[in-house]
Amino acid sequence: MRFFGKTKIDFIGKRRIAFAISVIVIIAGIVSLGINKGPKYSIDFTGGVSLELDLTPVAEGAQEIEAQEIRDALTKAGIEEAEIQEIKGSEGKKFVLIKTKVVGGEKDKTSIKVINVIKKEFPGNVDDETLIRLQEEVGPKIGEELKGKAILAIFWALLGIILYIWWRFELTFGLAAVAALFHDILITVGIFSILGKEISLSIVAALLTIVGYSLNDTIVVFDRIREDLKIFRKEPYGEVINHSINETLSRTIITSLTTFVVVLSLYLFGGSVIHDFAFALLVGVVVGTYSSIFVASPLMVEHYNRKEKRIGTRKKKK
Amino acid sequence: MRNRKIRGLIILVVLLVTAYYFLPMVVPNLPSFWTTKRLKLGLDLQGGSQIQLEVDTSKLPENEKEDAIKTAYEIIRNRIDQFGVAEPLIQRVANQNRIIIQLPGLKDPTRAKNLIGQTAMLEFKLVASSEQMQQTYEAMDKFLQENFENYDYLEEFTDIEETEEVVDVLETDVDSTDTSYDNAMIFTDLTTSHDGYPLKIDYNYISILKKLLKDPQFIQHIPTGLQIALGKEDKNDPYAARDIYILHKRAEIGGSSLDHAFTKIGQGYTAKDKGPYILLEFKKTGAKKFKNITAQNIGERLSIMLDNIVFIAPSIESRIPNGQARITGNFTIEECQDLVIVLNAGSLPAPVSIVEERTVGPTLGSDSIKAGVLAAIIGLLIVILFMVIYYGLSGLFADIAVIVNVTFIIAVMTMLEGTLTMPGIAGMILTIGMAVDANVIIFERIRENMALGKTVRSAVDSGFSRALVTILDANITTLITALVLYQFGTGPIKGFAVTLSIGIVGSMFASIVLVKAIFDGVITNAAKDKLSI
Repeated sequence: MRFFGKTKIDFIGKRRIAFAISVIVIIAGIVSLGINKGPKYSIDFTGGVSLELDLTPVAEGAQEIEAQEIRDALTKAGIEEAEIQEIKGSEGKKFVLIKTKVVGGEKDKTSIKVINVIKKEFPGNVDDETLIRLQEEVGPKIGEELKGKAILAIFWALLGIILYIWWRFELTFGLAAVAALFHDILITVGIFSILGKEISLSIVAALLTIVGYSLNDTIVVFDRIREDLKIFRKEPYGEVINHSINETLSRTIITSLTTFVVVLSLYLFGGSVIHDFAFALLVGVVVGTYSSIFVASPLMVEHYNRKEKRIGTRKKKK
Repeated sequence: MRNRKIRGLIILVVLLVTAYYFLPMVVPNLPSFWTTKRLKLGLDLQGGSQIQLEVDTSKLPENEKEDAIKTAYEIIRNRIDQFGVAEPLIQRVANQNRIIIQLPGLKDPTRAKNLIGQTAMLEFKLVASSEQMQQTYEAMDKFLQENFENYDYLEEFTDIEETEEVVDVLETDVDSTDTSYDNAMIFTDLTTSHDGYPLKIDYNYISILKKLLKDPQFIQHIPTGLQIALGKEDKNDPYAARDIYILHKRAEIGGSSLDHAFTKIGQGYTAKDKGPYILLEFKKTGAKKFKNITAQNIGERLSIMLDNIVFIAPSIESRIPNGQARITGNFTIEECQDLVIVLNAGSLPAPVSIVEERTVGPTLGSDSIKAGVLAAIIGLLIVILFMVIYYGLSGLFADIAVIVNVTFIIAVMTMLEGTLTMPGIAGMILTIGMAVDANVIIFERIRENMALGKTVRSAVDSGFSRALVTILDANITTLITALVLYQFGTGPIKGFAVTLSIGIVGSMFASIVLVKAIFDGVITNAAKDKLSI
């Protein structure tokens, strides 16, 4: 079976359109980030309110409550992304630890809101006297030092990538690959901001996965460009690159397709908790594939053309 | 042919090791030696233990309290990260001096607890001269003789013949029995072991000494500039008598001079040179100080103390110019490693105590976990099916590679006793998608070659060798990212980097080595001029 025979699509000729699309999407994301004052961070980064409640069944016929039921009840009441953990107390008591972000800047009101939801939804498990076991404010999981460390790690990783590609290819390839990575991350974070989704630790993991995926995708195209540049020495630069993109197109599409299908299955069947994670990956696979065809390689052509022009004008002056 | 045999052997070994570590996941009731290493599940999937710590800032000035808690938080995080508990949760209770830690299903939380609780104050102090020791003994004996009525826990030393301990003591130990009658040598008795060694304290009296060392009255009577300290316990024989040291109070070198500590294993034959020890390397300034001290005090003994416990007090034989010191002793490897972690993470600015400990459930409900696994299986099946439809028999080979890769990741994670979390599982699912990539690159090359009219044999061979460059470059770039993230990252970033690295190595092995071997086998055996690809 075969989806593609030999293709001859003029990707490089259409690069200005692709750049325009990328720039528009990125600007939309940045505007949204500007309006929302940066990304919307989850409780992992902001900290929040922690409540320990005694939800042992007290009324006749009351059942033990599952964590998911509490999560659903809170989501329904507008308290999203709550973190719920069960704690087994002594004598068959059942405690639940609920952590949520502070809603509307007031931690006491947030606690009261959570407690009211629980009282309303699970009256059979609430004994007013003993309900609240502990109520406190917790700090973020990711402290300042960790944030600094992570940013430093990403910086060194990018530098490592540029150096390796510089060694194996040319500096231009490395810079174009890293530019494509920034493109992918900016768009994904922007789309999250536009849709009002939170950036949590698992989303950071997803962003890193996107970096890995997009890089892999880009290098495969670059590898073919490197090979073709040696074979077709006389052809114009842009045409060689266009040829390479077409040659690898079949592989690019098939890999993206298999990856996309897997992630789609995560998104559709993976349950509410990893919904956003799978969504980030869906966006990432699409954008990562797009960027290796429409951003990374065309950027090389742009750079080459400018260099040509500069050298050309110099020649004229002489 | 020779190369093929070696390749066959490598494949066999990798597959056997993979099977060995993977089987406990799917086959219940394996013999216990087989299941000692298990893949741990993260807090989100399995829950774990929650420890609540309190940083005791009561002795610090008001303006240093907040910083002390922050520093304590970072140091404890470092220690837990280095201890190798992947994906812990560490949170500060806002505006309070408490820190909450959740550790995913630890087999041995005691070890982690010890690690967290140590202040880790490293000090080098000179051991007192024998005259000074004599003075100290006299002073302490005198003080206790005059004040023994204030210390009811010393009762058994005040009239030594009544206690059973002494009945056991050999008659030759005349010195202590004779003089104890008038309570003149309570301290000497306390710090002499039952078999008569001075400066040693029997296990059952250690708590008494600890009480004395906390008593302000008692401490005040120690001659100026000196202190009494307890030696390290022997982990192999915790009930053995412990050493007692009389030291100069002033620390010659402190922990801030330390650059790095390492665990080393001695290869010598004497007890001193054998077994694990800790190598300390000083910073430049520390090394200089150390050189001067060792030069000025040849013949003296220098003790190395951690949290007020003397670990070792060797005599200085010569000037040590290279800024290295060794802590030897009856260490177990684990003990050594934990101490190194604690030393490298730095010392806590204030003592920390565990105020509460309990078991917590997973953050994800069992429904979410089931959904995640279901999604993974559906995704895997679709990819497997697609590859067979699109590439025919070759697609089936790629599927074998994918399945080997998935089991390989799980097996290596088990071998490293890693922790699997939901993002980890999702990352693995993504590797399934990406793992076919290497095969797609190879197959597309082979198709191109066949379109050029090459024979099956040469199309396959040149397809593999040309694709190899591509696959290596693409994977090495990603591997660089993973390794850097592992080196600098903490917590979730580290966990992600581990899964990614294993996945890359596994997929390269599966597609380049395994699939090539299968191709070679099929082509040679069938001598085909057609290939289903």
